[in-house]
Amino acid sequence: MSNSPAPRRGAPVKTTGLHIGEAEPGVAKVDPIVVLDGVKRTFGGLTAVDVEHLEIPRNAITALIGPNGAGKTTLFNLLTGFDKPNAGTWSFDGQTLAGVPSFKVAKMGQVRTFQLTKALALLSVLDNMKLGGKDQKGENLFRALVPSSWRDQDRALEEKAIELLARFKLDGKKDDYAASLSGGQRKLLEMARALMSDPALVMLDEPMAGVNPALTQSLLDHILDLKTQGMTVLFVEHDMQMVRHIADWVVVMAEGRVVAEGAPREVMQNQAVIDAYLGSHHDTDLGEDPTRVDTIKELLHDDDRT
Amino acid sequence: MIDWGQLFSNAAVELISPTTAAYALAALGLAVHFGFTGLLNFGQAGFMALGAYGYAISTLTFNFPVWASVLVGIGASVVFALILGVPTLRLRADYLAIVTIAAAEILRLIFTTNTYIDVTGSANGLSGYKGGFAALNPLPEGTYGFAPFTNNSYDTWLRIVAWTIVILACLFVWLLMRSPWGRVVKGIREDEDAVRALGKNVFSYKMQSLIIGGVLGTVAGMIFILPRAVVPSNYQTTLTFFIYTILLLGGAATILGPVIGSIIFWVLLSFISGFIARAVEVGWLPFLSNVQAGQLRFVIVGVVLMLIVIYRPQGIFGNKKELAFVK
Ligand SMILES: Nc1ncnc2c1ncn2[C@@H]1O[C@H](COP(=O)(O)OP(=O)(O)OP(=O)(O)O)[C@@H](O)[C@H]1O
Ligand SMILES: [Mg+2]
Repeated sequence: MSNSPAPRRGAPVKTTGLHIGEAEPGVAKVDPIVVLDGVKRTFGGLTAVDVEHLEIPRNAITALIGPNGAGKTTLFNLLTGFDKPNAGTWSFDGQTLAGVPSFKVAKMGQVRTFQLTKALALLSVLDNMKLGGKDQKGENLFRALVPSSWRDQDRALEEKAIELLARFKLDGKKDDYAASLSGGQRKLLEMARALMSDPALVMLDEPMAGVNPALTQSLLDHILDLKTQGMTVLFVEHDMQMVRHIADWVVVMAEGRVVAEGAPREVMQNQAVIDAYLGSHHDTDLGEDPTRVDTIKELLHDDDRT
Repeated sequence: MIDWGQLFSNAAVELISPTTAAYALAALGLAVHFGFTGLLNFGQAGFMALGAYGYAISTLTFNFPVWASVLVGIGASVVFALILGVPTLRLRADYLAIVTIAAAEILRLIFTTNTYIDVTGSANGLSGYKGGFAALNPLPEGTYGFAPFTNNSYDTWLRIVAWTIVILACLFVWLLMRSPWGRVVKGIREDEDAVRALGKNVFSYKMQSLIIGGVLGTVAGMIFILPRAVVPSNYQTTLTFFIYTILLLGGAATILGPVIGSIIFWVLLSFISGFIARAVEVGWLPFLSNVQAGQLRFVIVGVVLMLIVIYRPQGIFGNKKELAFVK
């Protein structure tokens, strides 16, 4: 794996050699940070997630893709303790997480964002950020009453928050209510807030949905920076260009299962992935409409982009 | 003719009355719950009743000194908060509202039932518990203050203690809410899942908030009974709604709002009821009997408060900016 700073623009440095053996669903990783086994979640008769085995590589950027309703968000909820599976075990950094409440999962360094953005509307942007800081002395009821015990830490947090906000082009808004931000800005705020705690693993659910392309580039650079600093990133994204651009590893889900895994370029050639996006009977269903099939193939392959 | 001077001075008395202080403190407790943490506590009357009965029963039945009686009341309200909070604070916000309103009524009915008449005095309530507090009074006999705020030694002592407690409580809540603790609690008000995702133990913070606001209500209940007797019918759900009215009048997520709200509420109530009583006396309202006139004040207060809430929904001290974002 490479520790040289990621080159701006152009092709980012991809981390390779993450897996052991053939790249197939459930393949073992050299250094996994998250390991799932037999995780299953059903809603009534519907199986939203049914993952036999999955490992997320440490210090790499993994993209989780799949069509709408594939179970990506549900898997996020299970991993972070916001939902409980019907069966299965999973661990983070070697510690098993079954039954661990969501706030403890976050404290262990596995922080997430939500697909439906959760900005804290009537808190200022800066307060939103500071809330992300971990191990704050002043969050204890009794210490809170003695400002001198937490003021220095708070000031340091504020500096860090302003730096991050600048990176996300939100520093001008720091004293406004988060409620006054636009949809895309809220998405950015939530991502920046998650980074305030210096997590070991950050899980982003569609981080770039609604973010303007110019800013996306700078944020992708930022995510790549995080990797060089040793952070692991797992993100859900529908934008294939972004996936191809920054992901080191791609996990494809469909109907609750992991149907393919691999490096971005290879995985998108995979028949299972094309099936997943088109529905497995596309040959019969969409037979009369070859243009649609071509469009999707093009979207997945789209190799000419640099 | 109506004696306007008398009317105004009667109303002015409420400015610093211990009852005003008690309502201010109870509303401050509710501000911690509802305004800052977003907890829908509809049982503040129950917390106040625990203060009143906790103090009075400890003094009368067990002959406890003042400090011990106060601690019994506070202890009871912490236990009450735990009983309410443990099953409901993990659920959606509305469940706390249902449980608190029911629990406060259950408390009041327990205090009213004849079964425990020796301890609670049943519907007649309790009196004769003021000796301990009066004995702590350092002020010599005599009259204090200036018109219209002249009081005897006990009443002056009570006012000093009551308002000192209110000021200290305001300071306490102010310190809390500007700290990182307050930031977490306000975050929970906005979206508790987001706060959870940032690694905060939401349940614990909600519980702390429920206890703090409840204890403020309990101390308010103790101040409330020092100028009068303990009567169970005072602790009906209407009491909680009056306190909510005061809170919304002043501004839900503010420190001074509950205090100013309480002052306005009581001064207004006193002035209006005085005015109606005099107006009936001099024959301005021939269609009203004295009894009807007594009720009319609540109607008028209700209308006035409605107008304030419609035209200034953020309360007197609330931040106008927030309004733009109320969903
Ligand atoms: N709380 C719930 N109750 C019932 N069904 C649910 C619930 N949450 C998710 N589902 C179902 O589980 C399936 C997976 O949903 P999930 O939100 O994980 O999809 P997703 O992969 O995140 O999709 P998208 O890309 O559209 O966000 C869907 O069929 C959905 O209808
Ligand atoms: Mg989703």
